[in-house]
Amino acid sequence: MVNIEVVLFVVLAVLFVGSGIMVITRRSPVLAVLYLILNFFALAGLYLTLQAQFIAVIQIIVYAGAIMVLFLFVIMLLNLKDEEKLIEKITARKVLAVGLSAAVMFEILYIIWISTPGIERDVAKAEELGRVEAIGKALFSDFLFPFEVTSVVLIVAIVGAVILAKKKLD
Amino acid sequence: MNEFRLSDLWIIAPFLAVVLTSMAVLILEGIRRNNATASYATSITGLVTALGLTAATYGSADSGFRDMVSQGAFATYFSGLFIVVGLLTIVVSRGYLRRQRWQHGEYYALILSAVSGMILMASGTDLIVIFLGIELMSLAFYVLAGFFRTKASSNESALKYFLLGAFATGFLLYGVALLYGVTGSTNLAVISSKAGSLGGDPLFLLGVGMIVIALGFKVAAVPFHMWAPDVYEGAPTAVTGFMATAGKAAAFAAFGSVFLKGLAFTGTDVNLLLAILAALSMVVGNITAVVQNNIKRMLAYSSVAHAGYILAGVAAGNADGQTGMMFYVGAYAFMTLGAFTIVGMLEGVDGQGLTYGDYTGLSGRHPAAAFLMAVFMFSLAGIPPLAGFFGKYYVFLAAVEAGMTWLAVIGVLTSLVSVYYYLRLVVEMYFREPATGPDSHPAPGSMAIAALSAYAVVQLGIYPSILLNLINGRI
Amino acid sequence: MFETAIIAGAKIVLTLITLLTLVVLTVYTERRVSAFVQDRVGPNRVGPKGLLQAVADVVKLLMKEDIVPKNANKPIHDLAPMISIGVAMSTFAVIPIGSTMTLFGRQIDMMIADVNIGILYILALTSMGVYGITLAGWSSNNKYSLLGGLRSSAQLISYELSMGVSIIGVLLISGSLELDEIVGKQAATLWGGIPAWNVFLQPVAFVTFVVAAFAETNRLPFDLPEAEPELVGGYHTEYSGLKFGLFMLSEYVNMIVASAIIVTLFLGGYAFPWGEQFGLSGNSLAVAEVLTFCVKTGLVMFFIIMIRWTLPRFRYDQLMRLGWKVMLPIALANLVVTASILALMNWA
Repeated sequence: MVNIEVVLFVVLAVLFVGSGIMVITRRSPVLAVLYLILNFFALAGLYLTLQAQFIAVIQIIVYAGAIMVLFLFVIMLLNLKDEEKLIEKITARKVLAVGLSAAVMFEILYIIWISTPGIERDVAKAEELGRVEAIGKALFSDFLFPFEVTSVVLIVAIVGAVILAKKKLD
Repeated sequence: MNEFRLSDLWIIAPFLAVVLTSMAVLILEGIRRNNATASYATSITGLVTALGLTAATYGSADSGFRDMVSQGAFATYFSGLFIVVGLLTIVVSRGYLRRQRWQHGEYYALILSAVSGMILMASGTDLIVIFLGIELMSLAFYVLAGFFRTKASSNESALKYFLLGAFATGFLLYGVALLYGVTGSTNLAVISSKAGSLGGDPLFLLGVGMIVIALGFKVAAVPFHMWAPDVYEGAPTAVTGFMATAGKAAAFAAFGSVFLKGLAFTGTDVNLLLAILAALSMVVGNITAVVQNNIKRMLAYSSVAHAGYILAGVAAGNADGQTGMMFYVGAYAFMTLGAFTIVGMLEGVDGQGLTYGDYTGLSGRHPAAAFLMAVFMFSLAGIPPLAGFFGKYYVFLAAVEAGMTWLAVIGVLTSLVSVYYYLRLVVEMYFREPATGPDSHPAPGSMAIAALSAYAVVQLGIYPSILLNLINGRI
Repeated sequence: MFETAIIAGAKIVLTLITLLTLVVLTVYTERRVSAFVQDRVGPNRVGPKGLLQAVADVVKLLMKEDIVPKNANKPIHDLAPMISIGVAMSTFAVIPIGSTMTLFGRQIDMMIADVNIGILYILALTSMGVYGITLAGWSSNNKYSLLGGLRSSAQLISYELSMGVSIIGVLLISGSLELDEIVGKQAATLWGGIPAWNVFLQPVAFVTFVVAAFAETNRLPFDLPEAEPELVGGYHTEYSGLKFGLFMLSEYVNMIVASAIIVTLFLGGYAFPWGEQFGLSGNSLAVAEVLTFCVKTGLVMFFIIMIRWTLPRFRYDQLMRLGWKVMLPIALANLVVTASILALMNWA
């Protein structure tokens, strides 16, 4: 009997990686955005298999629901055409880059393969931690300071976006 | 681990003062447009207050917000440095922005938020806080680099910095995530207590490596330095000066928080990795700087080289390395800020006056500026008895103590190379006749700041113990 | 395991059928109400009192030719209505229409999925709904469609914020994300016998939520994505036949779901407060609850329809200003006040 968790994981992981590859290979920006949304759904599913239901839903609300709509909005507003390749040649630099990236990837995969995780697997605890209440408590006690600082970071980002993008500063 | 205390606020008092001032400036801008003077005055007041608070917290050592931030000589020294550099930058920017006809109060708010991020990088004892500090600073920098939005070079600078910076952020987060996965915590103290038993764990080392890459990017160490010349060249000069000094100092504060105070590696492969980065930065930075013709680009490559020198102190990993790193960062801040102040003062509205040729015969046209520039160049080249010399001395000493004599040798040799391009500018200014130089603008604010920086450079060169005592908490 | 699956499947099928029937009824009601408002007769030919008119319309839509514009992006053109209807239908899954019913010796929850983050689920799905409209607008390769799609995405994003913030007010009072518990909290009575509905405890949040719900469902006065005088038909200009029908369908389903959510969050949900007085228990109580729920939802829907036929449409900039400069600040202020009051009450 195959464990249903493993099946879920494999399906979601394939979906995740597959849609990720589709995102970067599509020439039409709209299609790329759609695959990215699919990618986020697969990621949310992976979070669910880890019992992190709050993070999963937030992933969908914030990323798939809000941020990607803005992406789509901008792409449609600019009426972006399909991308055209500027350079078709395979240069030595490109080969080197691909080779190096592949080497790093296999290195990381190997390291992950041979090492043991430091945190024990505990489904009951994970379920406890994934609940909204637990996350809220953590945010407002242990992580109070980073939580508040995040708001400053966001304000700076908003101010910066307005400064760079506003039609006329007067 | 206790509940929130009011005294926690005291620990982050300088940070709070800077953040609140930044918000106040934004609100002020919202209420009264076109009133950069009010924003300017508010920023100065806020930073002076923050400096006072930093001085008041000097000597105390405590940690708050459940071990997220801490006070102590390290945090106080760096916070003070950031605030001072921020103050000087704001004074310089006032005249610079007016000359470039680009007066907007938001500029000051962004400088202030960058300073607040830097303070977190120096006082954070948790990787999350350090990460947020880096992001706060970087976001402000991205915008500041592109602040002259109608100039293509400024836009290019901002976009390059943003894209590469976001990539570096990815590395940082990945590294933090791996460390969390291995140790179950993001707190540096907890991680380092487990580092002993996990020291050789490949996943742990992978996480550390990722963090080295991200911080290496922020200090512009080779091979993560590619962004620096373009960003430094395209950004408004006052911003470049700020990025190259306070920004670099903050990145080294983060380096120090993570690798010297937090994880405390000594004599491991991590130190060797840092030493290699340091050596590469020295060699590549100095040699590339030789062939530059634009002063801002030259200073950018010089900053890469100096990142290498400072990194040597981090790589040594001993107490002297930390002291040397802190001293060097302070000395470097003054000489580079001074140099960029002069460059910004002589820069034309359309980005003219930035090549070696434009400085020909400056001693005749603007003797004071030429003299100050010469002082900064000598100090950057590491000629005694200026501050730059002692910085290098302490760092190389620490490297030798840590058994990295080869690193010190590379450092000395590359310093010799650097003499060429620093003194080339001095030669241009003093020993060549002017063809037709650009008009020099009267800028009393900038001149005052440059003179102050030069004074600091000389003073620290003659009495380095002033700064050393501050660093070691002996006042 | 197997049994649960069957029960869930039965619930899904039942809900879908009910929703579809309700849509047909709603369309008929809407036309009759509009006729009443405009002082005309309305549909009266097909069936008694024109009751079968809607059915006839459905048949007509099914028979019509499906036209896809030549330069449209075919796969996405097909996908868009599916997203719309899928999202609209699945939102209903977490809404409780009653407590429990005992059938064939089994306790059955009167909702399809009892997730403990029900509200977040609803928010997540509503945030997905925008894709159907936006993609429909884009893939049609028509400027009116595109404009409709753009308007809709901007509108939905803007109002989602005030919607989410006003929900937080309700969450603070109920202390739970579970819709069942939120309803349970509202079953109590306040001083003087008023039911403890959130509409009384959170009147401001109620107003902002209802306005946002109008915007989210693209109903007048917020139906700018398909404003006929300006945009021909808006995002569905280039749709015909069944696919157009799906858009119509999802619009009405959205309206039903929005009413159901308003009832659940603010108007006491299915709670039937006088169960004991009437001596109701078990299944008869459950029936009473379902009836309560249906009546309330029906009233809210009637209200929505009346609004549509009595108010004019906003201009686009007015819509944006209302969303960002009025609704969001009000919702935020409400949140701050609610949180402060709760904190004071806990402290005292």
